[in-house]
Amino acid sequence: MAEIGLHGVTRSFGGQPAVDGLTISIADGEFFVLLGPTGAGKTTTLRLIAGLERPDAGHVSIGGEDTAGWSVAQRDVALVFQYYSLYPRYTVRQNLAFPLKSRVRTFTADEIEQRVARAAKMLRIEHLLDRKTDRLSGGEMQRVSIGRAIVRDPSVFLMDEPLSNLDAKLRESLRSELKNLQASLGATFLFVTHDQIEAMSMGDRIGVLNQGRLVQVGTPNDIYNAPVDTFVATFIGSPAMNLLPGVVENGKLRLPGAWEVPLEPAGQARLARDAGPVTVGIRSEDIGVGGSGATQARVHHVENHGVELIVTLSAGDALFKATAPAATRLTIDETVPFTLNQKRLHGFDATTGRNLASAA
Amino acid sequence: MAEIGLRGVEKYFGANYVIRQLDLEIANGEFVVLLGPSGCGKTTTLRAIAGLEEIDRGDITIDGRPVQSLPPGERDIAFVFQLFALYPHLTAFENIAFPLRATGESRAEIARKVRDVAASLRIEPLLDKRPSALSGGDLQRVAIGRALVRRPKALLMDEPIGALDAKLREDMRAELKRLHIENGTTSVYVTHDQVEAMSLADRVAVMNDGVLQQVGTPSEVYLHPANLFVAQFVGSPVMNILPAEVKSEGGGTGVSFGGAQSFGFPGELGARLDAALPVGHELMVGVRPEAVLVAREAGEGLRPVEARFIEPLGAYDIVDLKVGDRFLKARTASGFVGAPGTAVWARLDAPLVHFFDATTGQVLDIGLFHG
Repeated sequence: MAEIGLHGVTRSFGGQPAVDGLTISIADGEFFVLLGPTGAGKTTTLRLIAGLERPDAGHVSIGGEDTAGWSVAQRDVALVFQYYSLYPRYTVRQNLAFPLKSRVRTFTADEIEQRVARAAKMLRIEHLLDRKTDRLSGGEMQRVSIGRAIVRDPSVFLMDEPLSNLDAKLRESLRSELKNLQASLGATFLFVTHDQIEAMSMGDRIGVLNQGRLVQVGTPNDIYNAPVDTFVATFIGSPAMNLLPGVVENGKLRLPGAWEVPLEPAGQARLARDAGPVTVGIRSEDIGVGGSGATQARVHHVENHGVELIVTLSAGDALFKATAPAATRLTIDETVPFTLNQKRLHGFDATTGRNLASAA
Repeated sequence: MAEIGLRGVEKYFGANYVIRQLDLEIANGEFVVLLGPSGCGKTTTLRAIAGLEEIDRGDITIDGRPVQSLPPGERDIAFVFQLFALYPHLTAFENIAFPLRATGESRAEIARKVRDVAASLRIEPLLDKRPSALSGGDLQRVAIGRALVRRPKALLMDEPIGALDAKLREDMRAELKRLHIENGTTSVYVTHDQVEAMSLADRVAVMNDGVLQQVGTPSEVYLHPANLFVAQFVGSPVMNILPAEVKSEGGGTGVSFGGAQSFGFPGELGARLDAALPVGHELMVGVRPEAVLVAREAGEGLRPVEARFIEPLGAYDIVDLKVGDRFLKARTASGFVGAPGTAVWARLDAPLVHFFDATTGQVLDIGLFHG
């Protein structure tokens, strides 16, 4: 069993905490994604689990046991990095076999061959086995790196942005492959990324990190639909969630100098505030352009994303984005009606940025 | 204001072409984006227009005048790079004013021009700051201000927002486009990011291996890709491309993938494909995820498939459907397919399906749906 636990883990560099009182538990066989911007502490967390860093406070457990006295090798984890460190003058087969030829591990030649064959089959690189690794494409090299992690049959895989250097098309296909691989191995995966689409598409659960602290943990849908604060709200989803400085007054939601709408009961409940200032969060797909809306805005910018349009609307000083069907005809600077789906409003504390509904 | 023409432009290193037989006419006031993967020749093309790179063959004209013999400084073109390249010891104001130093204009006139361009970029409050005190987005705004202050005939930009974070890139896209609409400066913009290209361009010029693949409006390249490369480079998630078999079934045409049960198409399709596809060439079918229509129950024209992998992207889901030994990605409403392993039904939205000659990579003009 390979559940992973971090219990109040802190690790500082030069007095600056990179990871600050982090507590996470990752279940055996789970695909867990750590998501956050550069400098959030993602890689440090991963290195703490791998044993490449030691916590200043707190402890890391694997399979329920404290790892404090364990060496890197004893942890039975495999690491895959963004930069594939393969031996260039070796063939793919030799690279895959390498981790099995260590002096502390004793595998027979037959066993090594079987394990290499199995990993190559899983990753569909069997046809490359006799090729030198400097003759491979980026995607093939990353598959070999993952293969080298698989052959040892570890119970935990730690992956640090393994897809970041690949082109968009390859990243998409490797997302499905990695998820399938994890399911068929049944191993625990901890995957680190700054890319919210990778996190959403692969994670059973996502842990969002910011400035060394865990901000929210949940399924992709939890995090998308119920962000705990404005950081999570704008970090997840593309385009980023609109955040607008609103005021609730006499049953109306007002954006001073821009527009006001009567609040429906659903909207009232979502904002969780009867009166006063509130940071209103609403995603582009929950703003409808056109139709019979009484509230109006100007078309500031239209982006054609092929499958749909992302329309930036302006009203007063406020700019906000809406999604419209690809066939919608819009002219820059024309005035259009728009509607808000009040069932999907988010209310955030105007000062702290906390989600008012989840805080209540 | 300027028209830019590239005619038969070629550049090579030894036997290796960097640009091959490139013909492209850019109209006055147009925003053209050169889009392609790294190494496709897009930056070399841009640098050739600027005069930073020599070409081996062909003509480059600005307003009808050949410019190959002109040094960069005489082409009246401004260039914005991915790395901001501002003078660190000068303020934002001084950086923007820098290109005007040699023009002999009065201080008041220079100040007015700097303030005008700063106003359109909304960086007036930053004019007294030095680059070290500015954020990435503001640095690039200053760099663009410096490029625009001379009122150049054309603005060339090489991945100007590629180094910024995702959210800032979204905002900067809107700003750049607004700026273009206000200024009307002929703009040529290089990127490898198809979202950027789609959202900024009047026309997109897609390049690969030094060869121009297709030029068209964002809608044209998205809806009517000329070949397999464009089909897969534009759009996210990537268009599904699968080898297909075609046979007539009843009154219709059946298109199947990997030996699985076929999807139904109009009867004329078979004959049109026979006419368009040379004997011995393989057929590839391309269909974007939004044109794979998924239903929870059986119905007319629907065939059963298994949902394998679900990517919940918040606003919608991308579902991998197992079809024979292949997968088709479908775009569905969020949560539409409950769990992996669910049996669902699917059909293809015929007018949005593309047919390609797998041997040449070119789209087959079957003239059935697009008129």
